[in-house]
Amino acid sequence: MDVRLKVNGTEHELPIDDNALLLDVLRDRLRLTGAKRSCDVQVCGACTVLVGGEPVSSCCFLAHDARDGEVETIEGFAAEEGFAALAEAFARHNAFQCGYCAPGFLMTLKPLLARGALRSRADVEREFAGNLCRCTGYRAIVDAVCEAAGVAS
Amino acid sequence: MTAPDLAAPDLTAPDLTAPDLEVVGRSPTRPDLAAKLTGAAEYGADLHVPGALQVKLLRSPVAHARITALDTAAARAVPGVAAVVTSADLTGFDATWGHYVRDRPILARDVVRFAGEIVAAVAAETEAAAAAGVRAIEAAYEPLPALVDVRDAVAPGAARVHETPARPGFSCPPGAVFDDDNAFFHYRIDLERAPGADPPDAVVIEKEYAFPAVYQYAMEPHAVVASADAESIDVWSSCQHPFLVREELAEVFGLPPERVRIRVPFLGGGFGSKSYAKMEPVAVAVARVAGRPVRLVNSVEDAMVTTRRHGMRCRMRTVADRDGRLLSRSADVWMDTGAYADNGPTVTMVAGMAATGPYRWDRVRVDAACVYTHLPPAGSYRGFGAAHLQWVGESQVDEVAAALGVDRLELRRRNLLRRGETVIPGCRPLDADLAADLDAVADRLGWGADLPAWRGRGVSVGVSPGGVSARSRARVELRPDGGATVLVGSQELGQGARTVHAQIAAEVLGLPLDRVDVPATDTSTTPYDRSTGASRSTTVAGLAVQRAAEKLRERIVAAAATQWDVPASELALRAGRVVRGDRSWDLADLDPGGLAGEGSAEELGGGAGPALFWEVCVAGAEVAVDPDTGRIEIRDAVTVADVGRAVNPALVERQDEGCALQAVGNALFEEMRFGADGVLRNPGLLDYRVPAIADMPQSMTCVIVENGDGPGPFGAKGCGEGVFGGLTAALVTAVADAGVSVPELPMSPDRVWRWIHAS
Repeated sequence: MDVRLKVNGTEHELPIDDNALLLDVLRDRLRLTGAKRSCDVQVCGACTVLVGGEPVSSCCFLAHDARDGEVETIEGFAAEEGFAALAEAFARHNAFQCGYCAPGFLMTLKPLLARGALRSRADVEREFAGNLCRCTGYRAIVDAVCEAAGVAS
Repeated sequence: MTAPDLAAPDLTAPDLTAPDLEVVGRSPTRPDLAAKLTGAAEYGADLHVPGALQVKLLRSPVAHARITALDTAAARAVPGVAAVVTSADLTGFDATWGHYVRDRPILARDVVRFAGEIVAAVAAETEAAAAAGVRAIEAAYEPLPALVDVRDAVAPGAARVHETPARPGFSCPPGAVFDDDNAFFHYRIDLERAPGADPPDAVVIEKEYAFPAVYQYAMEPHAVVASADAESIDVWSSCQHPFLVREELAEVFGLPPERVRIRVPFLGGGFGSKSYAKMEPVAVAVARVAGRPVRLVNSVEDAMVTTRRHGMRCRMRTVADRDGRLLSRSADVWMDTGAYADNGPTVTMVAGMAATGPYRWDRVRVDAACVYTHLPPAGSYRGFGAAHLQWVGESQVDEVAAALGVDRLELRRRNLLRRGETVIPGCRPLDADLAADLDAVADRLGWGADLPAWRGRGVSVGVSPGGVSARSRARVELRPDGGATVLVGSQELGQGARTVHAQIAAEVLGLPLDRVDVPATDTSTTPYDRSTGASRSTTVAGLAVQRAAEKLRERIVAAAATQWDVPASELALRAGRVVRGDRSWDLADLDPGGLAGEGSAEELGGGAGPALFWEVCVAGAEVAVDPDTGRIEIRDAVTVADVGRAVNPALVERQDEGCALQAVGNALFEEMRFGADGVLRNPGLLDYRVPAIADMPQSMTCVIVENGDGPGPFGAKGCGEGVFGGLTAALVTAVADAGVSVPELPMSPDRVWRWIHAS
């Protein structure tokens, strides 16, 4: 069945199986490979994208359910004004190593910044409870997010 | 035997003067970060391969069984299925692999030896069709008894996991001896510094311990894209050791190595889980049968039965005299390598070394056995050996101190090996100041200050062999634009190898960092590098880069002297220019194109054994134990990165912090739980928990020690793994100091609660 999906501002109309996962549609059909597959069970956060402005685990999210809300991926976010300053904060803290988890962290961060939801280091630590990183030990990521959010760390 | 200290190298006088460095010793932004932040970085599963078939695997649901039926007719009829491959299709060659022991069928033949073993593969136009094909295969198994505990596997009269003797693989060290038994490999130490026997009034600590199997969880599971015909093999793989994968595939498929090409994209973590061959043999076999390129991407569930860390049991005995001198240590260690050896013998060797502890014993006896069981194969995981055994030995040292009423730190200081002394006979002597490292930790922990009830502090000290092999080469080329390209076969796993290698070349060539590129590995053009592991990329491959860059610098200077008619002896390279006094020329204006230098790390070989350097495993911790819940809170973790020279201090810290969190997981809660039937009961991240932000220690300090005493570039030696042994042991000794002695890891709340209430 043909489904209309708006991804990073672009409308797509394509046949999508009822049980297709948003992650597969993004990666395999639209060649947007920034969202990563890892745990498959909504634990690790590597596949995080925004649907209607809210973060979802696209590995457990039906593509059909994204019809009503615009989908945003790291490729879209990275092209936005303001991303460079964010990237700068992560670079300054050497915040990622292998980078596999990075798009998921950044997509989780985007709406939090927009809402001004990060007012303390504790906020940061709580809001990123659903994003795993196996490389860094987290501290540098938390530091970078605090800097990006203007939170004293 | 008495152990003579090796004559060379001179380890007594480290160079403590910092050279005048421009790029090395700083922490520039890593060049690969931008692509990783924007999602542009390509990992194995991101590669777009038009026309490739998707592969799904049928895995055994049982741990040990005879395959009584394997009917693929219905699977072949599934729309979109192009090939269904079983062992019957792998004819004309010996479809068995394994780098250390050639014991593993590409696809199970007649029997399965672990739950998860690959029985058949389906290649189809889509992943869904491949999965449907797998479901349509009709397989039947006649269950056989499964050995799931090393104690049962080594019991007299135990059934054999492999009925035939172990056969050496292509990279098995010459002279390795295999026993015709489930305990097929032993690493033994029998060291006598002073003859005699332990006195009758000695303090004796003797206990048994257990360590869990754990999962590395590289966030990116293994991914392979393979094309193959009778003449050649072309593979993209998320692998740490592409040159060893090339040798393995060449050996198994009967081709000269130059007909096998391996390319490596960015890796989403490795930690040992992508060392040696993993999914490449089956991917290539399927591509050959299907006659088309194939793509095989593991899920986490697949990855968990592809490789894991060895579970371990051991019995250890530590003896000290009444004056606080450590006299003797003996240990029997059983490493559960699962159904196939993978890197088990190497892990067993390093575990055996770690069992000794870096102390001046009169006598040491270690027997570490690598044991086949009917569990999934175990191989490398960061810090192996030290992670398994350092906590055991350090627990016993603490117990000796308690029995004698001596401070634990003081007991260690009295007995620690000093720089230049023998650690393991036949290996490089100790090349670090362990007592100073330990003092640095103790200072930051506030050693000696009183703590309330249920709180404890611990320190631990150990060393582990690093480097493993001097077989690394590199080539540095001057580009027409005046920049340099570094060809080196270390993989970018996230650790920052490419950044460090760019820094080393930039330093030698006087280039700004942004004019140095380090492309990804392609075995058809990249010089040979044995492997990315054993903390060797900075030290060993980095030395090859340094030597290659030095050779290129000589050639640049000679060419510049000729071109601009100036004396070579007066020229320097700075900021991308050839400089003589107040005149300078841009490197891009140098005429003879194609200047390059080649270098190798061979100078590190010769008499060092597997330890080209000793990686220091020193750490400390302060914990609080909740006696009502058994929960452990880490209030402070202090780690030491005794790196000789920190080429990039920020990357050193990231390595230690990342390793600290992995050690926290392994020590406190990570554990693969196998049923009595050998089936994994927590085969995914819902049930197998890894550390999240909430699991960070409240305080985490990485102390970087730079004594310039490493054999690598600018005095560097490896880091990034030592924390595993060091912090695991410090957490155990801290928990013991809080009042709970630890016979088994992980120190999960249920266990801790039971230990408290049993005493």
